[in-house]
Amino acid sequence: MATVQATMAGIVLRVLAQPGQRVEAGQDVVVLESMKMEIPIPAEQAGVVAEVLVNEGDFVNEGDDLVRLES
Amino acid sequence: MFAKVLIANRGEIARRIIRTCRRLGIATVAVYSDADEKALHVREADEAVRIGEAPVAKSYLNIEAILQAAEQTGAEAIHPGYGLLSENADFARAAMERGIRFIGPSPEAIAAMGSKVAARETVKRAGAPVVPGSEGAVASADEAARIAAEIGYPVMLKASYGGGGIGMQVVNSEEELRKAFASNSARAKAYFGNGEMFLEKRVQRPRHVEIQVLCDGQGHGVYLWERECSIQRRHQKVVEEAPSPFVDEALRRRMGEAALAICRTICYENAGTLEFLVDEEKHFYFLEMNTRLQVEHPVTEMITGLDLVEWQLRVAAGEPLGFGQDDIRRDGHAIECRVYAEDPEKMLPSPGTIARMVLPEGEGIRNDVGVESGSEITPFYDPMIGKLIAHGRDRAEAIDRMKQALDAYVMEGIRSNLPLLRTVVASDRFAAGDTTTDFLESWGKR
Repeated sequence: MATVQATMAGIVLRVLAQPGQRVEAGQDVVVLESMKMEIPIPAEQAGVVAEVLVNEGDFVNEGDDLVRLES
Repeated sequence: MFAKVLIANRGEIARRIIRTCRRLGIATVAVYSDADEKALHVREADEAVRIGEAPVAKSYLNIEAILQAAEQTGAEAIHPGYGLLSENADFARAAMERGIRFIGPSPEAIAAMGSKVAARETVKRAGAPVVPGSEGAVASADEAARIAAEIGYPVMLKASYGGGGIGMQVVNSEEELRKAFASNSARAKAYFGNGEMFLEKRVQRPRHVEIQVLCDGQGHGVYLWERECSIQRRHQKVVEEAPSPFVDEALRRRMGEAALAICRTICYENAGTLEFLVDEEKHFYFLEMNTRLQVEHPVTEMITGLDLVEWQLRVAAGEPLGFGQDDIRRDGHAIECRVYAEDPEKMLPSPGTIARMVLPEGEGIRNDVGVESGSEITPFYDPMIGKLIAHGRDRAEAIDRMKQALDAYVMEGIRSNLPLLRTVVASDRFAAGDTTTDFLESWGKR
C-alpha cells in the first residue's frame, strides 16, 4: 500500500485518477494549484488506485495524502 | 488632492502605495482576505476592511465587496496596484459610476489595450511597429497552420486575453502547432474566460525592453526612459534594470516617441508601460501595454528621482504634469531583483512560514517587501514576496551593491530564489549586459 502525497500546500485543481484505475510510476494523478501555478503530482510507483482522498477545490497541506494505491 | 484612498491590492505594492499616500497626507484604506488578516499592509493602513475568503475570486477580485468598502469608509479614489483588478475595465467603470475615482486610465483605454488583438490594431494605427503575425484572432488550428507557414516557423502562439505567460507557447513545426493550439486555447478559456488565440513571428534572441510613460488629463505626456526586463522565467520577470545596457540614445528616443504616439491614439491618462521586443539589429516591436503601475517601477524611480505613485495620484486628482521631456533626469543605474518564494532549482512554489527574514541595508539599497519574520506565505497568491533594488552611479556600481545586498539577505523557513539571484547577478553574462529573454532557460542547460 502506498500513498501519493502533496509536495506543497495548495488547492486541488483536478483529480486525474479514479478508483480502480491502474497508474504507472511517474503518471500524474492530481494537479494542485499553488501560487498561481499548476503543479502536477505524479505517483511514485505503479499501482491500482484504491481510494482518492481529496476532491477538486480542497485545500491541502504539504505531506497530506491525496491518493491511496494498491500495488 | 484626495483626502482618502482605498488600495485594492495586497503585499508589497499595497505597502508601497500606503507609503506615498502617507507622505502626501492622504488617509489610506486597506482591504484584505481572511488569509491576510495579519498582513503588514493591513496593519499599516489607517483603516482596513475585510472583503472575503482567501481565494482571490472571493476577495481581491470581488468588485462589489471592494466598492462597498470604499463607500463604507468614504474613500474618494481607488488605487488598484498591479495584477488583480488593475487592468479590469469593468472595475474602473463600476467605480466611476459610483462616483469613486479609479487611479488609472479610462475604462475605454484599458479595454483598447486589454485584448492583444485590438491593441495590435491600435498600435499599427499609431504608426508603431508590431511583430509580423496573424491579423487578428485565428479561428482554428487549420487557419493557424496556414498563417504560420506564411510568416515562417518558429512562431509564438498566444491567447488574446492571456497574461503571465499562460496560454502562450513557442512552436517550431506544424505538428507542434496543432497540438499546442488546442491545449493553450483550453487553458486560456479556463483562466481568462476566452480561448481566442493569435500568432506572432518569433523574434530571435530578443530583449524585452519597456518604456514607462506618464500622461496627464490635459493631453500632455512624457516618457521616463526604458527598463530592461529580459531576464524572465515562465514569461515572468526576475531581474530588471534601467537604463538598458543595450539601448542607445537614438533607439531610446525612437521607442519613447513611439510609446507616446500610442498613448495619444487612445487618449491615455496616468502611468503606463509599453512593452517591446528588441532584436539584435535594434529593431523594436510592440508587445503589449500594461495600463497600470508596473512591478518594476522602482528602477525608474531610482534613476529619475520621481515617485510614480505620487504622479499617479496627482494626475488622477486632475493636476497637470507641469514638466516636460527635457526636465526628466537620468542619473546612474538601478537594478531590481524579484524575491520569489520558490525552489531556485525547480522554480516551483514554496509556501510556508518565514522563520527569519533580515533585509539588507546600505547606500543605494531599497527594499519593497510585503512580509517579515513570522509571516505566513500562503498558496493563494503570487510567489513574489519582495523586491530588492540597488542604485549606483553606473551599472558596475549598481551590480556591486546588488551583489553585497543579496549576500546579506536572510530568508529562512521557506525556499526562495535568492541563490539563483546571487549567481545571476555575479555572472559574467550579466556583467556583459548580454541579457536576452532566454537568459534563464539557457542558464539551466549549462
